[in-house]
Amino acid sequence: MIGLVHYLTVGTLLFVIGLYGLLTKRNIVAVLMCIELMLNAVNINLIAFSRFITPELATGQVFSLFTITVAACEVTVGLALVFRVYHDRDTVLADRLNWLRW
Amino acid sequence: MFHEYALQHAWLIPLLPAIAFVLIGLWLRRVPLLSAGLALAVSIAAFLLACGVGQAVIAQGITVEQPFIQRVPWVAISGLSLDMGVFIDPITAMMLVVVTLVSLMVQIYSLGYMQGDPGFGRFYAYLSLFVAAMLGLVISVNFIQLFVFWELVGLSSYLLIGYYFYKISAREAAKKAFITTRIGDFGLLLGILFLQILFGTLDFAQLGLAIPAYVQQSGTGLLTLVALLIFLGPIGKSGQFPLHVWLPDAMEGPTPVSALIHAATMVVAGVYLVARVFFLFDLLPVALQTVAWTGAITAFFAASIALTQREIKRILAYSTISQLGYMMLALGVGSVTASMFHLMTHAFFKALLFLAAGAVIHALHDQNDIFAMGGLRHKMPVTFAAMTVGVLAIAGIPPFAGFFSKDEILLAAAQASWPLYLMAVVTSGLTAFYMARLLFVVFFGPEKPDNHPHEAPLSMCIPLGVLGVLAIVGGFVPYTYHFGDWVRFGPASHSGLDWAIAGTSTALALLSIGLAWLMYGSGRVSAERLAWRFPGLYRLSYHKYYIDELYQWLNQTVVGGIGRALYWLDLYVIDGIVNGLGKLTLRLGDGLRKIQTGQVQQYGLVLFGAILLVAAWLVWIEPALMGGVLS
Repeated sequence: MIGLVHYLTVGTLLFVIGLYGLLTKRNIVAVLMCIELMLNAVNINLIAFSRFITPELATGQVFSLFTITVAACEVTVGLALVFRVYHDRDTVLADRLNWLRW
Repeated sequence: MFHEYALQHAWLIPLLPAIAFVLIGLWLRRVPLLSAGLALAVSIAAFLLACGVGQAVIAQGITVEQPFIQRVPWVAISGLSLDMGVFIDPITAMMLVVVTLVSLMVQIYSLGYMQGDPGFGRFYAYLSLFVAAMLGLVISVNFIQLFVFWELVGLSSYLLIGYYFYKISAREAAKKAFITTRIGDFGLLLGILFLQILFGTLDFAQLGLAIPAYVQQSGTGLLTLVALLIFLGPIGKSGQFPLHVWLPDAMEGPTPVSALIHAATMVVAGVYLVARVFFLFDLLPVALQTVAWTGAITAFFAASIALTQREIKRILAYSTISQLGYMMLALGVGSVTASMFHLMTHAFFKALLFLAAGAVIHALHDQNDIFAMGGLRHKMPVTFAAMTVGVLAIAGIPPFAGFFSKDEILLAAAQASWPLYLMAVVTSGLTAFYMARLLFVVFFGPEKPDNHPHEAPLSMCIPLGVLGVLAIVGGFVPYTYHFGDWVRFGPASHSGLDWAIAGTSTALALLSIGLAWLMYGSGRVSAERLAWRFPGLYRLSYHKYYIDELYQWLNQTVVGGIGRALYWLDLYVIDGIVNGLGKLTLRLGDGLRKIQTGQVQQYGLVLFGAILLVAAWLVWIEPALMGGVLS
């Protein structure tokens, strides 16, 4: 029987994979994709909680719809920024984009 | 009745010269004759009023126990109420007459002495300021009023010493006088504060009642300290050892000023202060001993310096210090009468001596060295007579004024302790010697060919005459009219002349004068050879015991050393702390900004690490914060 813990385990795995990618990938596009992974992990959590803890309410499911919408916008803006940065600096590597340091 | 009017309006006595000072200082000083005229008129009025007060004291039976007091409120804040007022008892009346009389004489004298001086009006303005301050000091009802006028006489003394402000030496002397007396005044002010704290009043009459009660209840320990602090003021103002150094230098001022301020009146303010608050000193044996010994040491010490000095005014200055020491000695052995008596006679004969010296200096065009003078008795007979009277008076030859007052002091000292008496007697011998030396060197011997002396003008001779008469009768007349019945502390004492003491001092004075004649008059004993025989003693005396050098050294090494140490402390410790704090912040910032690497992923790592830490803290250490959800 697949229960809440299984869903949460999948969500955690997804989140941790996303976090690992966020902290280690040099390419900003990959970093953005990792952020998407983390958002989706959250979505899984929301829906799992909604299904198992408050099945009579749809709050969690509606909330995840909002998250998907916001994530789409965020990716759009993020990719636009990546384009501008690449246009300007000829690179999309995060460790090269460090000119805001001391 | 005039004396009734004078008594009720005694406040006019200091007020009139004060008005004169303002008028002259603001408007009249460019008109010499008008300035002098106003100052003189005011002085005459003040003198007449003072005489009226003196008459009233006798006519109305005002005594030391029942003084005449007028008060008006001056300052009243919570915990402190001060009056301005008039306090008249026989001591005050005597001081009023002496001060107004001598200042009047000096102002007449200055007409001649200061004639043609570009600062003539300014001079009379300062003189008026001084007279006002001194008279205000004399009639003070409480310590604060006295202190205010005390500082005012100090100020006018400073202004008059520095009268020839274009001379560096005069400027330096003025500063020296001001600063040295300020050291004493600091103690005086502390003493006054102590009295206010202890008794809640500074009024002389009230303190006179409160202090004996306090002593009976609480003993003398703290009050002795207070009295010694107060005595510091007189030590500075009256040129007592070791703060006497300013007085000889104060001779940089014009000679009439030396006569008035630095001989007859201002310098006795210290003596007067001790006499005024004698109700305090009388109960404190230790304080009295200190006063007596300070006086005796000062008297002897200054006299021994005067033996070898060459400048005429400096000799007189050291003689003044010595005589002030006598007055302090008299106070210290408990005889206010003797002290005040000597104060009065000294005012007469020392003013006379200074004015005569001024006439000599005037005649010889600012020549100050007595060995550049000589044989002046033919050309300047009036001055010679005046000087002779002054010398005989200060030497204590009967029947001149000094004889009676000095005899009373010696008598009082002899009754108190023999070492003090011995010092006083030896000092009186020294006094006779150096005064006779001055007289013989200046007026006898061969005339110096370069000098073209002339007798002083009439305006200078009149004061010499008046003061000369007073120096002759000023001792005898008060003595016969029982000065001690009026001016006293405690019961009146009718100590007649003690012929053993009077005879000893007179014989010693005559011997000293004789010795001076042998050395400086006939030249039969060589002074040079004597100096050569005792080179150490001679040099010690001639260089004034190196006190000035000692102070110079103290100032340069000790005070300067402390200053340098503190400067170092400020530069390296205080500034070091302040600058160090700044540098520390700078370095810290410099180091800390290195953590801003610009690597977004590092920031993210730190952020998630922190979140993990917070989560761990919430789970394992403070689960209660989560409201039990995690358990």
